[in-house]
Amino acid sequence: MLELREISKTFHPGTVNARRALDRLSLTLADGDFVTVIGGNGAGKSTLLNAVAGTFPIDGGQILLGGQDVTRLPEHRRAAFLGRVFQDPMMGTAPTMQIDENLALAARRGQRRGLKWGVTRVERERYRVLLAELGLGLEARMRAKTGLLSGGQRQALTLLMATLRQPKLLLLDEHTAALDPKTAEKVLEITRELVEKHRLTTLMITHNMKDAIACGNRLVMMDGGRIVLDLSGEEKRRLTVSDLLERFSAAGGKEVGDKLLLS
Amino acid sequence: MNFFGSLLNALPGAVAQGMLWGVMAVGVFLTFRILDVADLTVDGSLACGGAVCVMMIRSGADPWLALACAAGAGMLAGLCTGLLHTRCGIPAILAGILTQLALYSVNLRILDGKANQPLSVDKYPLLVSQRYVRELSAHNPILPAVAILALLVGGLYWYFGTERGCAVRAVGANAGMARAQGIDTRRATVTGLMLSNGLVAGAGALLAQYQGAADVNMGRGAIVIGLAAVIIGEVLFSRVFRNFALKMASVVIGAILYYIVLQIVLQMGLNTNDLKLLTAAVVAVFLSVPVWKDRLLQNKPGGGKRHA
Repeated sequence: MLELREISKTFHPGTVNARRALDRLSLTLADGDFVTVIGGNGAGKSTLLNAVAGTFPIDGGQILLGGQDVTRLPEHRRAAFLGRVFQDPMMGTAPTMQIDENLALAARRGQRRGLKWGVTRVERERYRVLLAELGLGLEARMRAKTGLLSGGQRQALTLLMATLRQPKLLLLDEHTAALDPKTAEKVLEITRELVEKHRLTTLMITHNMKDAIACGNRLVMMDGGRIVLDLSGEEKRRLTVSDLLERFSAAGGKEVGDKLLLS
Repeated sequence: MNFFGSLLNALPGAVAQGMLWGVMAVGVFLTFRILDVADLTVDGSLACGGAVCVMMIRSGADPWLALACAAGAGMLAGLCTGLLHTRCGIPAILAGILTQLALYSVNLRILDGKANQPLSVDKYPLLVSQRYVRELSAHNPILPAVAILALLVGGLYWYFGTERGCAVRAVGANAGMARAQGIDTRRATVTGLMLSNGLVAGAGALLAQYQGAADVNMGRGAIVIGLAAVIIGEVLFSRVFRNFALKMASVVIGAILYYIVLQIVLQMGLNTNDLKLLTAAVVAVFLSVPVWKDRLLQNKPGGGKRHA
C-alpha cells in the first residue's frame, strides 16, 4: 500500500544546523499492515510521517501510495489518500467550527467542494451514529464548537474524521502522547476498533514501548533517520519491553531516550 | 439649536454613513475574523471602488453596473494581495501594504490624474445620496442601504454554509487541519481576500455616491474604522449573537454605532483633525482588553487555565 524508496531529508542544508532527518530510508507496507514506529528523540519518526503526508518536499527518493507516485503531489492533494492524527490535540480539528462541521469537512476529503450545503441532514444522522460508537457522549453535542472539547475527545473526533472516508493509509503521530494515561488508553482502544473495522493500513508512531508491542502486526525501530529494526509476525508477538531495549542497543542505538525508557 | 436637537438632526446621516461603512466592515470581518489575516489592502480598494464607480457613472454607465464593476476592481486588488501572499511568500500584512500603495497610483489614473472627481446627484441617478438622508421619501439612502445589507448578509450566510465556504472557514480556523482534509489553503486564502476586497470596493462605490465625489484619499485609515466596527459589534453582541448571520449583523450595527458616537463627540467639540487619533486609540484599547484580561487572570493563583 505504501512504498518508500530510499527517501532522504536534510533540514537546514548547507548550514551549521544541517541535520539529516531521513537517510535513504526504504519501507514497504502491505495492504492491512499496522506498523508501530519507535525510536529515540530525533530519530526521524515524525519526519518520516510528515514526508509521507507531504508537509515538506523530500530531497531524494520516491513515495508510492497504492502504486501511485505521490512524491511531487502537494500536501492537500495527497490528503485524499491519507487519514492523519497529530500529537497535539489542537491540530486535528477547527476549534471555531462545530463537531458536525468538522466531520463534514473530513467527509469531503479528496472530493470537489462545490456550492452544495456544507452539512446535510442525512449526513448529520450518520455522524450521530458514528459519534455514539465512540462512547464519549459527543453525539449529543454535535453543534458544539470543537474548541470546547477535551484533548481526548478531540483526538477521538480526529480519528473518526481520519477514517470517515476510507484512507489508503492512516498516519498516527504519537496521537496519545499528550493525554493522561486513562484517556490515552481509551483513545488507543478507539484506534484499534477503527483500524479493525475499516481494515486500515496504519503507520503509528509511539513513545510507549508497551503500546508499540501490543498494537499492530509489525514493529519498526528508527535511529538516525534509518530503520534499524523491523519485526513482524511471530517474532513481534513474542516481544517484551526488555527484549526491545536490548535489541535497540544491539542495533546500534546510541542512547535510549529518557521518555522511551520511562514509558 | 440645542445639543440634542442638532444631534437628532444629524442622526439619519450618521446611520446612513454607518450602514455604508457597515458593508466595508463586513469585508474586514471576513479577513480579520474568518481568514485570520489582517488585510491592509482595504484602504486602497475602498478608494479604488469609489474611483471606478464615479468615473463610470460620469461617463454615463448605470449606477448598479458601476457598483458591480467597482466590486470587481476590488476583487482584482484582493487577488493581487492574495497572490503576493500565497505564491510569493510575502507576509499577508506586507502584501496588503504593497497592493495598497500601488493602488494609490492606479486610483489616480482611474480618476484621470485628479485627486478627486465630483459626482452630482442632480445630473446622475445615484443609488444613495446624502442630500435625501432626512427626507421621508423613496430617495432616502437608508432604504437601498438596508436592502443591500440584507442581500449581502443573506448571501454570505449562504456561501459560508456551502462546502466551499466551510473550506474557507476551516483554513482560517486551522490551516494545518484544512490541508490534512484536502483543502487547498492557498486558493481559499485568495478567495477570501477577493471576496473581502470586493465588498470593501463596493462600499467605496456606495460611499462615493453618498458623498457625491470620489477622493483618492477616501480610504485612508479605512481598515481601522472597519476593525472598530468589528470590535464594537463583538463587544456588545458576542454573548447574544452566536449565529453567523447575526455576527455579520452585529458588525454592521457596530459600524452604525461608531458613526453615532462619532457624531456625539464631534458635537461635544472634538476637533475633526483628532478623529483618526481617537479611532486608533479606541481600536487599540478594545483589542488589548481581552489580552490583558487573560494575563491578569493567569497571574492570580488558581485562576484561569493555560490550556483550554
